[in-house]
Amino acid sequence: MKYVLEAQHINKYFRKPVLFHVLKDISFTIEQGEFASIMGKSGCGKSTLLYILSTMDTDYDGKLFLNEELATGESRQKLSYLRNKHIGFVFQFHYLLSEFSVLENVMLPAKKLGEKTFEEIEHDAMEKLKVLGIDKLAKKRASRISGGEKQRVAIARALINNPSIIMGDEPTGNLDSYNSENVFSIFKQLSDEEGLSLLVVTHDMDFAKRTDRIITMEDGKLIS
Amino acid sequence: MINWTIILSIARTHLLTKIKQTAIAALGVTFGIGAYITLVCFMTGLNKMLDDLILNQTPHVHIYNEIEPSKKQPIALYDEFKNSFNVVHSIRPKLTQKKIHNALPIIDYLERNDNVRGALPQIKTQIFYISGSIDIGGNLTGISPLDEAKFFNMSDYIVEGSAQDLHNTDNGILLGIGIAEKMSLDIGDRIQVSPISGEVFSLKIVGFYQSGIADLDAIQSFTNVKTVQRILGEAENYITDINVKLHDISQAVSMSKEIEQKFKLKAIDINTANAQFETGTTIRNLITYAVSITLLIVAGFGIYNILNMLIYEKMNDIAILKATGFSGKDVQLIFMSQAIIIGVVGGILGLLMGLGLSLLIDRLPFATEALPTIKTYPINHNPWFYFIGIVFALISTFFAGFLPSRRAKKIDPVTIIRGQ
Repeated sequence: MKYVLEAQHINKYFRKPVLFHVLKDISFTIEQGEFASIMGKSGCGKSTLLYILSTMDTDYDGKLFLNEELATGESRQKLSYLRNKHIGFVFQFHYLLSEFSVLENVMLPAKKLGEKTFEEIEHDAMEKLKVLGIDKLAKKRASRISGGEKQRVAIARALINNPSIIMGDEPTGNLDSYNSENVFSIFKQLSDEEGLSLLVVTHDMDFAKRTDRIITMEDGKLIS
Repeated sequence: MINWTIILSIARTHLLTKIKQTAIAALGVTFGIGAYITLVCFMTGLNKMLDDLILNQTPHVHIYNEIEPSKKQPIALYDEFKNSFNVVHSIRPKLTQKKIHNALPIIDYLERNDNVRGALPQIKTQIFYISGSIDIGGNLTGISPLDEAKFFNMSDYIVEGSAQDLHNTDNGILLGIGIAEKMSLDIGDRIQVSPISGEVFSLKIVGFYQSGIADLDAIQSFTNVKTVQRILGEAENYITDINVKLHDISQAVSMSKEIEQKFKLKAIDINTANAQFETGTTIRNLITYAVSITLLIVAGFGIYNILNMLIYEKMNDIAILKATGFSGKDVQLIFMSQAIIIGVVGGILGLLMGLGLSLLIDRLPFATEALPTIKTYPINHNPWFYFIGIVFALISTFFAGFLPSRRAKKIDPVTIIRGQ
């Protein structure tokens, strides 16, 4: 089986305000098509781990493989490219560019990647929005839509470059139960139907239970 | 790999959604550049006018016979007092002729020199203007009217009539405007003048001369060289002054020294004659540039401030752009291009504003006694000022954008995303 993501002996220290060992020797893998969730109490380091896995945080010891290629030690320019092409990110807060339209927000990462023409990107973006049932909002400004809609737009944006893995940092943490359910079923559907790999940090036990695999963290260590 | 289309489209969206802020930042540049252009065009125009006031009228080298005491008094030639300390009282100037000896060959010689634009003979003499029983003392200068107009902008100071009229009229006179007013004379009237020898000559008024210096205009008149020679009863080689105009003014000093040595005459160069004038010009230019640079720097700080605020507001955008695969450099370029766009738009508007204001000033009436032919404020429309203006607008906006955008480049997306 192909590994989409592999972490080998990752250690991370916070140096300020005092030296603190956040992540202690973390090793695990995510297989292709796997829908995994990371659970743990606040402050156990699960978000920190996610930012390392997403290549945004480069200050750690150990090795990180993305699509079986070593990502550790690459230049920032190259990491930006890897993130752009292989990782889709969904945050707790929706983080859309509020001055752009929904469609432009979704198209942005694809335009940056620059592998397709403008028409193709626009077509793809509309497709993604349709899959998520928000194609009617395409021309609206991102600041004018509701929270649940914003999160779905963020998911569409994460999908636009057909990434190898989607990472979520409490994607349902800020949503009501109806919208949470909605986001979960979208994830589930993507996992089942498209064979997409997902790694989601969550507090929500119900959410985690329904994923393929739960990775539990405590005090910076993996315990299962 | 930098994708300019997307960077520019993000920059454009940022600028357009905050159109008021953008407009204020651009207006800062516009006023800075506009004021710079106006100021520098006006000030240098003024400077040029003041310079011309002096340069046009003043010969680069003025050659004449100075009345002065001999440098070597006779006692110095006497060997017996060689080693003693001699005191000579009541030194008198040496008796010399007023005319320049061999003036015509000297003029020929000077005109053969490549650096000389023109060497013009003049005869200066004292006369009386006679009106009934009243005599008014004055100066009459014999000139070659057409050459004076060509080399010394004589026409600028002829308020009525022309140099051509004087050239064409044998017994014509170009009368100082002050004398004309005193004697209630008009063009076509005749005036009687008398040299010191006592004879009376009648001359026809062909025009009026106004230098702008009232004292001078009340005594000075001009006529042809030949007319003065006739009045004084002198031969055709009687010339008292030679005025030389050079191609390269910086050669004036060496030229005057050479002439003094060669012909044993007094030769005054323009720098010696008008030492204070260059100092004035330098200081005026200095003030102009100090004020302009201050204006541009203030505009630059305006842009810096607004971009800084913009970046604070856009922290989330920066984080999300970086998380979705934009590199720090892309983000920096987004903000840099915003600064440059503000600079270009503001700068071009500033050039237009400067052009408009200086054209306006160029049309404002400006009447001065000193320069009778100038009717409006002087403006120096030099394309270089516009070039410097736009370059400075670009450079200052570049630096004003560089520091904030470098900060945007360095922002760590993780701290922002986690900070929420």
